Amino acid sequence: MGNYIGKSVKRVEDKRFLTGKGRYTDDIVLPGMLHMQIVRSSYAHARVNRIDTSAAKAHADVVAVYTGADIHTDGNIIGVPCGWQVNFKNGDTMKEPPHPLLVKDKVRHMGDAVAIVIAETKEAAKDAAELVVVDYEPLPSVTDVGKAAAAGAPLVHDDVPDNLCFDWELGDKAKTDAAMETAHHITKLDFVNQRVIPNAIEPRAAIGSYDATNDKYTLYTTSQNPHLTRLLLCAFVLGIPEHKVRVVAPDVGGGFGSKIFHYSEEALVIWASNKLQRPIKWNSERSEAFLTDAHGRDHKTSAEMGFDAEGNIVGLRINTLANLGAYLSTFAPAVPTYLHGTLLQGLYTTPAIHIDLKAVFTHTTAVDAYRGAGRPEATFLLERMIDLSAIEMGMDPVELRKKNFIPAFDGVEQEGYITQVALQYDSGDYHPVLDRAVEMVGYEQFRKEQAEARANGRYLGIGFSTYIEACGIAPSAVVGALGARAGLYESAQVRVQPTGSVSVYTGSHSHGQGHETTFAQVVADKLGIPLESVDIIHGDSDAVAFGMGTYGSRSLAVGGSAIMKSIDKVLEKGAKIAAHKLEAAEDDIEYSDGQWTVKGTDKSIGFGDIALTAYVPHDYPANLEPGMDFSSFYDPANFTYPFGAHIAVVEVDPDTGKVDLKRFIAVDDVGNVINPMIVDGQIHGGLAQGIGQALFEGAIYDEEGQLMNGSYMDYTMPRADDLPSFEIDRTVTPCPHNPLGVKGAGEAGCIGSTPAVVNAVVDALAPFGVRDVQMPMTPERVWRAMHNGNGNGKA
Amino acid sequence: MGIPINVKVNGQSYSKEVEPRLLLVHFLRDVLALTGTHVGCDTSSCGACTIHIDGEAAKSCTILAVQVDGAEITTVEGLSPADGSDLHPIQEGFKEEHGLQCGFCTPGMMMASLDLLKRNPNPTESEIRHALEGNYCRCTGYHNIVKSIQHAAKNMGKEVAHG
Amino acid sequence: MIPNNFEYHRPANVQEALGMLSQYGDEAKLLAGGHSLIPTLKLRLNDPGHLIDIGHLKDLRYIRQEGSEIAIGANSTHSDVAFHALIEEHFPVMAQAGRLIGDVQVRNRGTIGGSIAHADPAADWPATLLATDAKIVIMGQGGSRSVAATDFFKGLYYTAVNEGEIVTEIRIPVPPAGSSSAYMKFMQPASRFAIVGCAVMLPGGSTDDPRVAFNGVSSAPFRDTGVEAALKGKVADKANIEAAAAHAANGQSVMSDHFASEDYRTHLAKVYARKTLYAATS
Repeated sequence: MGNYIGKSVKRVEDKRFLTGKGRYTDDIVLPGMLHMQIVRSSYAHARVNRIDTSAAKAHADVVAVYTGADIHTDGNIIGVPCGWQVNFKNGDTMKEPPHPLLVKDKVRHMGDAVAIVIAETKEAAKDAAELVVVDYEPLPSVTDVGKAAAAGAPLVHDDVPDNLCFDWELGDKAKTDAAMETAHHITKLDFVNQRVIPNAIEPRAAIGSYDATNDKYTLYTTSQNPHLTRLLLCAFVLGIPEHKVRVVAPDVGGGFGSKIFHYSEEALVIWASNKLQRPIKWNSERSEAFLTDAHGRDHKTSAEMGFDAEGNIVGLRINTLANLGAYLSTFAPAVPTYLHGTLLQGLYTTPAIHIDLKAVFTHTTAVDAYRGAGRPEATFLLERMIDLSAIEMGMDPVELRKKNFIPAFDGVEQEGYITQVALQYDSGDYHPVLDRAVEMVGYEQFRKEQAEARANGRYLGIGFSTYIEACGIAPSAVVGALGARAGLYESAQVRVQPTGSVSVYTGSHSHGQGHETTFAQVVADKLGIPLESVDIIHGDSDAVAFGMGTYGSRSLAVGGSAIMKSIDKVLEKGAKIAAHKLEAAEDDIEYSDGQWTVKGTDKSIGFGDIALTAYVPHDYPANLEPGMDFSSFYDPANFTYPFGAHIAVVEVDPDTGKVDLKRFIAVDDVGNVINPMIVDGQIHGGLAQGIGQALFEGAIYDEEGQLMNGSYMDYTMPRADDLPSFEIDRTVTPCPHNPLGVKGAGEAGCIGSTPAVVNAVVDALAPFGVRDVQMPMTPERVWRAMHNGNGNGKA
Repeated sequence: MGIPINVKVNGQSYSKEVEPRLLLVHFLRDVLALTGTHVGCDTSSCGACTIHIDGEAAKSCTILAVQVDGAEITTVEGLSPADGSDLHPIQEGFKEEHGLQCGFCTPGMMMASLDLLKRNPNPTESEIRHALEGNYCRCTGYHNIVKSIQHAAKNMGKEVAHG
Repeated sequence: MIPNNFEYHRPANVQEALGMLSQYGDEAKLLAGGHSLIPTLKLRLNDPGHLIDIGHLKDLRYIRQEGSEIAIGANSTHSDVAFHALIEEHFPVMAQAGRLIGDVQVRNRGTIGGSIAHADPAADWPATLLATDAKIVIMGQGGSRSVAATDFFKGLYYTAVNEGEIVTEIRIPVPPAGSSSAYMKFMQPASRFAIVGCAVMLPGGSTDDPRVAFNGVSSAPFRDTGVEAALKGKVADKANIEAAAAHAANGQSVMSDHFASEDYRTHLAKVYARKTLYAATS
């Protein structure tokens, strides 16, 4: 054993991707397949008076044109549901207006779907969609969360007063108010955590197919989460029994959260495939993706952090407005609440915390989980506040953090840390990650270089960020109590084939994470068989018993644990068969390196022989079932809590305001690591996205609710030459409550990096009296900050 | 009305009639079923559709199929034998250095990299990063893509040295 | 991303193309490299009934010296121009600008003729053609005419090319020995077009006739006579360069968008005048 775990095994799945043989949804062509184009609103808010589809229907090769009236009168189709319920402070249920597949009366954001055109070719569908004439009556709109929450704002839904989906609070308000009352120093900051657009490079796509002879549907879809999509589609949208629907998420070209959710297009192709008795493909164009993939972040926050005279944090008081967009996406209510408010303890011993939050509808694309989901917003808040506090109190940002860190605890000898905001951290040791990062950057030396550079009119800055996240989502009972309408366990089936190779069926879904390799490493090691003898199967609801998909850095912590449970069952049964074959008592048998051995003897039998015996049970224990195929469901006992320290080093060009990210150091602790190469890759990618938010990305809506930067010509994402090579390292604090001791690595980079970059820019601009720069920190914003600081453009 | 075109793709000659508006990327994907070339945007920005035309990298989403009449095209499928044996050094580089995650940008990324290595067999990190300005990757943060290209450059250099 | 349908024509030579242009009138568009036109077709911002493909006309793809001029065929790609020995020798400003256009894939296909005929205000070639005193050769059915770059770029997507005419060549006088030039740009980070692109040419390496031109700043590229006048005849030292650069974009109607507001862009023009003058004199 021990041949694979902890090694950078090259990825099993790479060959198909490298040779152009990946199979993404848009690569799939079914016989007789039709193509669907969606007619979308160019208005943010308008009454739809009339839709004239006659010219589109008359266009060559058009098979059908449907509007909301056609669909929502067919059966009892209301729309796509929300998967999480949050209650108002007073106990009332959140406002949950319908999210129709196609609007009937009103469009509520630019890109809202009005009609679908289905044709023999994609060209004809596209041409005919332009012939659908919609009589819109434009209405006043609101896209800014602050304006939407203000009195008299245009209403997104007539029956949702003040556009308020719910209000919510967490923490002890009285205690926090009291703490702030007596604080020696209070740092205050109002800021926006801007809306970003996920932009997986593969646009979403879906193919619906209906087999009338078997009354069975197949949905191919770009999903991180095929089983949940099936559940929502069947039980909540179309009313089809689940055993009649197969959902396949084949190779998926990145998700970053945006492909977790059940989208209306999936329901539309399934519904229409039945109507027309033909397979139907929809493939999003990029400009469509900008308008319809769920967006991320979009918080407006007022924060106050209170300190005593020694620099100990005594209280944290937060007011946040969270923009939900026009409709509730699948997990939307959970993101600003249970994935954000609960993380406000951070790594600090803050004894009093309170957050007051309003979740608000606007005339914009729905907002939901985007890489990190709520945790980046919480980290950004804490890490900006503590850095700013260090400046205001004249303290070193590293020392101030360390002074307030929660002392180390392993979750075994020492209890998990109970926070002020409803969580119990599993294990943590926070000083080493920051110490290591500080050592890697050469902090003292940097301060000297910075001083010299400033004397020469060059502006270098360093920014720190230390974070914690709650991953391995999630204990079902806990999230159920918090409003989740689904459990968040995972399933795994380990099928030992008669000749000793192994097929593993997992409910996790890989869209870049490399499960086919990492999971195989775990299975091969635990069973003591070659990696080549293990196959990982995922993303097909007909093959895999059930699954809750991949997001929230949960695959290994939850999905991997489920696999471990099935492996235990395999080994337990194997031991029974081996004991029988070796004529020994089961207690005298031990398993190692693919062999069951009678302890203290050289009598042994191999894994392959036992597998064969299980399927050819001629000489076999009495009362034991043949076969060797085990399913397990694993429901985690707690979240996992990875943490880390990130440091950005920047130089700001005083002429242009352009920020040059010169170095980025990340020391993360994601618990035990199965494949270091893959974990490093996850960190790299997360860093790029977090840095992207700090420097480049952000949706811009104009006064009329038009998305102004809905294309790659206008929405900036990091390119290769915008980033340095990253300097990364890690510490290992195992998770005490799952069998692999793993915590999850998918989101870490994206959670920690954003505030580090902002803090670095603010540090660089200290001579200009700058205390904050709004993200994305575009050259113009930075230039303006330099000129609006108390230095008025002069250092 | 179809326009006749003759093209050689990955060494194989094709004579097809195409609609004038058919983009080269759709010709490759829909007509020739070479689905390794991907579409990631509609503004010629993302580079997922990058192929080679007469040995130079080009974005097949910004070229009409009729424009490549008489040209030689290489797609990702043409880099190595169809069974995936004997990977091209650029493919090997991406595999060895974990230069891909979801794999969607990867074909275009490799085709752009090859254009660079042809012009500049021994590029610096900054030259590599600059040469990838026409290709987005959302998974890797580019860190390992840079290493993959360096890895390939080293091996391709060896090949040349050994003649 | 599927264009509207159109009829496709592939003329055998320029004369035939001119005939087609005249036949189809304003329903026709010329297609060369396609890297300005095809993106607009895909987004259906452009809907020509007829596309006349001159991209394959090899006799429009050349770069050569003809007497005291360098002649660049309109079908030369951005890469052809940027990496050509004659261009590198005589017009560093163009070699630098060409390498900054779009990305390698775009440079391999997009053509200089197509780019200048399209006249995107943020494209990179126009300022270099103004600074190098280039002439653009335009062919019509009545023959060809030559238009100075200063008269060619008339406004937003608007040039001296009339309906039925084709840009066939760019001719640039070989500058005297010792000339120096440079191009620098502040990029729009998403599109990589110029927010400010500044081209500087100092014929003979002196400030007797300094030429400073911008694209990206205004709806049309322009020679910045304010900067030029301030530098003319002066020693190109730090003080004089800074003083001259401070005139940049004065009197211009400066564009504004969410990447660069009017005053920031104006400021950048001054910064880039200074940087580019330094680059050309260092």
